[in-house]
Amino acid sequence: MSALLQISGVSKRFGSLVALDDVSVAIDAGSIAAIIGPNGAGKSSLFNTVTGVYRPDAGEIRFDGARVDGLPTWKIARAGIARTFQNIRLFRFLSATDNLMAGAHARLRSGIVGAFLHTPSERREEKALRERAREMLRFAGLEKVADADAGSLPYGSQRRLEIARALMSEPKLLLLDEPAAGMNPVEKTALANWLREIRDRGTTLALIEHDMALVMQSCERITVLDHGERIAEGTPAQIRADERVIEAYLGAPA
Amino acid sequence: MTRVQKLALLALCAVLLVWPAFGASDATVSVLADAGIFVVLALGLNVVVGFAGLLDLGYAAFFAIGAYTYGMLASPQFGLHLPFWVLLLVGGTLAALFGLLLGAPTLRLHGDYLAIVTLGFGEIVPQVFQNLTKWTGGPNGIGGLDFPSFFGGSFGLRALPYYYVTLAVIALTILGVRNLRASRLGRSWAAIREDELAARHMGIDTTRAKLSAFSIGASFSGVAGVIYAAKLSLVSPELFQFQVSVLIVSMLVLGGMGNIYGVIAGSLLLSLVNFVVLPQANGIASALHIHVDFGAYHFFLYGAILIGIMLFRPAGLFPDRRRKEELRPAAVVPEP
Repeated sequence: MSALLQISGVSKRFGSLVALDDVSVAIDAGSIAAIIGPNGAGKSSLFNTVTGVYRPDAGEIRFDGARVDGLPTWKIARAGIARTFQNIRLFRFLSATDNLMAGAHARLRSGIVGAFLHTPSERREEKALRERAREMLRFAGLEKVADADAGSLPYGSQRRLEIARALMSEPKLLLLDEPAAGMNPVEKTALANWLREIRDRGTTLALIEHDMALVMQSCERITVLDHGERIAEGTPAQIRADERVIEAYLGAPA
Repeated sequence: MTRVQKLALLALCAVLLVWPAFGASDATVSVLADAGIFVVLALGLNVVVGFAGLLDLGYAAFFAIGAYTYGMLASPQFGLHLPFWVLLLVGGTLAALFGLLLGAPTLRLHGDYLAIVTLGFGEIVPQVFQNLTKWTGGPNGIGGLDFPSFFGGSFGLRALPYYYVTLAVIALTILGVRNLRASRLGRSWAAIREDELAARHMGIDTTRAKLSAFSIGASFSGVAGVIYAAKLSLVSPELFQFQVSVLIVSMLVLGGMGNIYGVIAGSLLLSLVNFVVLPQANGIASALHIHVDFGAYHFFLYGAILIGIMLFRPAGLFPDRRRKEELRPAAVVPEP
């Protein structure tokens, strides 16, 4: 079986800085995968390359069988890759509900004419969308803050809302950039459970995460990056025992 | 809306419909019609600046394009006498096309840079009309435009028919922009305004969304231009100078960008200053043997108003809820 996301030999340079050096990662449909590595290892660059924010200098990226490298971000999003950001990027001054409705953009049809004339089909679509947003709020445990500005929510809720917004596009693959950052242990456990629930509903997950407990518990495959290179790939048990990984995190033994 | 608000709105509509026909002088109705045209302009610019967050300082260019559409196609200039009602659509469509034309090269620009390019466009368009003497009559413009007619009855020089046309266009404009704002497209504009990168990750084609904002905004300006030209029965380049763009932006800033009713209020307030207070100030001053031309103080006045607003109500007199929050100093989030 071929992978849902196949990153093959991708490189990305910024001047003399090599952000990604011949990186290959495969993410199987239905799995929860993790990308880990020290700060500056190229994890976020990898996400940015997959979502078309950066254009890879070499290599190719296949999603669901089709090449996506070189496509603009919005097309990649419509193809079914959603993401969250390391530094949360919600629409801060829109309500939680409006954030979710904006997140569903790719799944809606109405265009300029429908918008102008408020046609019956546009009305139906908006009504169904509002209902979906309400369900999603419930799924994310955010129904109480439906009308609050996204920027005014507590940090943990903002993280959840950003994930919920990404889910509104019904993605096949969801990329999460440090979803547990800034969460307390209780929130982290809830997040881990929620991520499994999301996966069980049919969305494949890939996360960048520094919290090793969360990674080891939740993820089936782990890819380790260091200085833009993939230094290891395997199951949590394999990664824990990998010499190069230990070295990357703790430094070479004296 | 509460029942009281609904009744008040109904009463206001009744007054706007009946009073000019029976109680007001032609001069008053003419001022009202002009003010109405500026309401349409302000609402149209609000789509670009208020909804999509794209600062456009050359908006009068589209107003000019609409006006010259009527000037050239309904006058002795080329012997073409197309009907007003058709040209309303043609003017709006042409302005929308030019909106695309301006939008396309400016898509990568933000903030000040975008403002400068649009400002340039606003300068170029009247210049072109001024220098294409063969077609546009040059600096003198085109006069003696056709009077529109409605079921055989000519509008003539009375202001009343133009007033009613303007009123109808305002009503449709309000309806249109309200629908837009609450639509998928309107949401994508809000998303782009707040975080363009995140918007793209939602599958929003930001190029298309921005172009549609420019183009839809411009179309209102084009329609307003057609009415304006027909009412004056004249077009000339000096009617569409930079100051007109500034005036419309000032209306938005004064009223409260993004908020449809705030923008209407801001536009009416500035029209009141422009068409009523300033002309009368001159009269009063000369009666008192003070020889000051208050008309020359337009810019001083706009400047003072803008500075005052920035100091005391940075989000406008009637702020949009969202935009108000966005303009709060604490809301500036540093990029990590």
